[in-house]
Amino acid sequence: MSAEKLPESHGSEGHEVAGHGDPFADPGLPAHAPRRTDIDERAAKRAERQVSLMFVVSMLATVGFIASYVAIDPDKIVYIFPLGHVSALNFALGLTLGVALFCIGAGAVHWARTLMSDHELPAERHAIEADDDVRADVIEQFTTGAAESGFGRRKMIRNTLIGSMALVPLSGVVLLRDLGPLPEDKLDHTGWRVATEAKPLPLINMNTNKPMKAEDIAVGSLTFAKPEGLEEDDEDFQQQIAKDALMLVRIAPEDIKDNDSRELGFEGILAYSKICTHVGCPISLYEQQTHHALCPCHQSTFDLADGARVIFGPAGHPLPQLKITTNQEGFLVATGDFAEPVGPSFWERSA
Amino acid sequence: MSSASSASSGASKPASTRAKPANKAESAADWVDGRLGIYSLAKANLRKIFPDHWSFMLGEICLYTFVIIILTGVYLTLFFKPSMGEVVYHGSYAPLNGIRMSEAYASTMNISFEVRGGLLIRQIHHWAALVFVAAMLVHMMRVFFTGAFRKPREINWVFGFLLLVLGMFDGFFGYSLPDDLLSGTGIRFMEGAILAVPLVGTYIQMFLFGGQFPGTDIVPRFFTIHVLLIPGIMLGLLVAHLILVFYHKHTQWAGPGKTEQNVVGMPLMPVYMAKAGGFFFLVFGIISAMSAIATINPIWAYGPYRPDQVSTDAQPDWYMGFSEGLIRIMPGWEIRAWGHTLNMGVMVPLAIFPMVLAAIAVYPFIEGWITGDKREHHILDRPRNAPVRTGLGAAWISLYLVLLVGGGNDLFATHLHLSINDITYFVRVGFFVVPIITFFITKRWCLGLQRRDKDKVLHGRETGVIKRLPHGEFVEVHAQLPPAKLHTLTAHEQVQPVELPAEVDENGVAAKVGVVTKTRAKLSESFYGEGSQIAKPTAEEHHEITSGHGHH
Repeated sequence: MSAEKLPESHGSEGHEVAGHGDPFADPGLPAHAPRRTDIDERAAKRAERQVSLMFVVSMLATVGFIASYVAIDPDKIVYIFPLGHVSALNFALGLTLGVALFCIGAGAVHWARTLMSDHELPAERHAIEADDDVRADVIEQFTTGAAESGFGRRKMIRNTLIGSMALVPLSGVVLLRDLGPLPEDKLDHTGWRVATEAKPLPLINMNTNKPMKAEDIAVGSLTFAKPEGLEEDDEDFQQQIAKDALMLVRIAPEDIKDNDSRELGFEGILAYSKICTHVGCPISLYEQQTHHALCPCHQSTFDLADGARVIFGPAGHPLPQLKITTNQEGFLVATGDFAEPVGPSFWERSA
Repeated sequence: MSSASSASSGASKPASTRAKPANKAESAADWVDGRLGIYSLAKANLRKIFPDHWSFMLGEICLYTFVIIILTGVYLTLFFKPSMGEVVYHGSYAPLNGIRMSEAYASTMNISFEVRGGLLIRQIHHWAALVFVAAMLVHMMRVFFTGAFRKPREINWVFGFLLLVLGMFDGFFGYSLPDDLLSGTGIRFMEGAILAVPLVGTYIQMFLFGGQFPGTDIVPRFFTIHVLLIPGIMLGLLVAHLILVFYHKHTQWAGPGKTEQNVVGMPLMPVYMAKAGGFFFLVFGIISAMSAIATINPIWAYGPYRPDQVSTDAQPDWYMGFSEGLIRIMPGWEIRAWGHTLNMGVMVPLAIFPMVLAAIAVYPFIEGWITGDKREHHILDRPRNAPVRTGLGAAWISLYLVLLVGGGNDLFATHLHLSINDITYFVRVGFFVVPIITFFITKRWCLGLQRRDKDKVLHGRETGVIKRLPHGEFVEVHAQLPPAKLHTLTAHEQVQPVELPAEVDENGVAAKVGVVTKTRAKLSESFYGEGSQIAKPTAEEHHEITSGHGHH
């Protein structure tokens, strides 16, 4: 297929000497040029001393490593320009280990480069492919073996064998079933589901751990909240907060563009899920003037004044909003769960 | 044979034909040889020839960092507790005192602050992992741009590719283990990505996490994957990779005395042993020193993971940057119908990610099919002499870099004072445009370099000596290249494009030319046609110019 377009055919044979016929012919391996250390015994001695010096430095560095390990307090912090404040132990151990290892390597390489032979030698390559005789022989042997097995002739055995081999790995897959529970409707609900009109669930300020009144939240501020009853030392706290986390924002009611969104809030206080609908990072960057909230992971940007609509970035749908109101004592409460699942979307998600 | 005769005569003392060993070492070697056959092994390998070129050490860096990762990894497993059980921290790092955290995070804090040398080993482990993936990428580029992946080495290319992919994922799993705020965010991202898989996404999520996010199983499970499953597979692949390197023997650059049938270089013992063995210590030493002075992954600064908190520098390690770029630039398309949601915004990047990788894995087979070349290749191509391949490689790197910009768009925005939205829009367009531009620039550049080589061969090297001729003209004296240089610059072969079979055969019957054949001819033309290579200088051209009536 691919023809060579060499000036003159050589290349494959190599070694012929450049004749006047072909200016590009392979002149063959160049003659060996001696190094200084090959001809000057003093240079060789010097190289020998250099190699040994590096090995000696390595030994000293290892001693230094052990001494640092024993002597330096792990809590000791030192200031080293330009690194700043660093752990003295880490710095000493790392540098001594580094020097100990590096000097062995440098010594060995210097030894190889200056004192070991630097004669380049050719070695022959052999084709990877077998020759035709071997090939014919192997194919014949295989054919004999295959014929003796009757694998090709007894089609029923062959097909049932293939069938059984194809099915048997299924057992391995089935065994993985108990790794976890079935999804069921777990992703559709959050901890707010226990709230009802009759028995609303107070919103607890994430920082103060106390219920909040509407006047506690200033216009333009962003507050984070969790449902009442969820405590940090609960066994499933991480799993709950991963879905329940709320972001409370107060916007002057006339600035709220989305009517449904205003209805779900209370006097301009809107409660959105804090979990980004892209892949689930908690949203934490809020721009007061524009009412935009930005997820720091992938920069999905939501307009909190407009029903948390996505205005930039890879998120596919708005942040779910929680309906809130106040109870008799004036504390902010939720009266039910989010209308749609929080967090990233999934196949079974219908809303 | 004397042994046979002595055995038949029933002599009590068995005789050996072997010469008496000269010393203790030889007799020990004889003993081992009788059991393991080491002499036959050593015969082929003790003085095995390795060619020398700086770029051949890139693969060595991969090997050595892998060894360093295993050594330090074993140390870390002695102290690390892969558990998500909750504890309250009472350690020597005051800012986190009294804070709730998982045992995984607490034990990582313990390794970093109480175990003497623990911080160093943690840093060496992480730095070595970064250098490992970087070295694999650069090593792969070396193999790609020099055409070293061609027959008989295609399978080894695939092994190397698998090692890269496994290395990237093992990096991700390892980085997730300390259960700090940054790594937990990474796992959250993975959860969202899994949920985007149609039909089975929620099931995979529940099974992998042992329930809802984050649950308590993910760290112990990742631990097993990180220290046992993936490294086990990698070790097997690595050994296979090295066996094949040994078996195929190393490639070499064209040069005097170097042919497709030989390999020219230094023997394994002693030179290569000393150089390669020494190089291990150089790599280990440099990584140790780096770990002493440069902090990596300071988990104490991030704090323990909480699903409702996030740090703003939520970035994956750089080698995952291109997948992060894909996920950041994809518009958030969701298709909702019949009570189901198809999350294109996450699924499409998730599908492109393996496709970009797979395109690299199969490249040797595609190029082999286009050239139809069935011969073995051991002499490397200079990148300029394969302009289309070099262009494709450069295009791939540019795509990678564009996506890396996408993956770090927040950092680019803050450091260069740009709008994050503008960067994202630029990357969305650049994803399609930049690789194409890069391809054409690189190809042109290669052709220019080929022309320069041709010029050098025909007109010699510029000496910098200006001569004034009797009639007043100034010329620069050019010196002829030495024969070795002339040979090296003209040693590459120039592949001719595959030609379409004639429309009519010799009997005048119309021959059918299939679509596949036509496509292949077209591709071959674009690879090796007139626009893709400069004709090499011929001996005649050289004679004409150097025969005395010189142009200079």
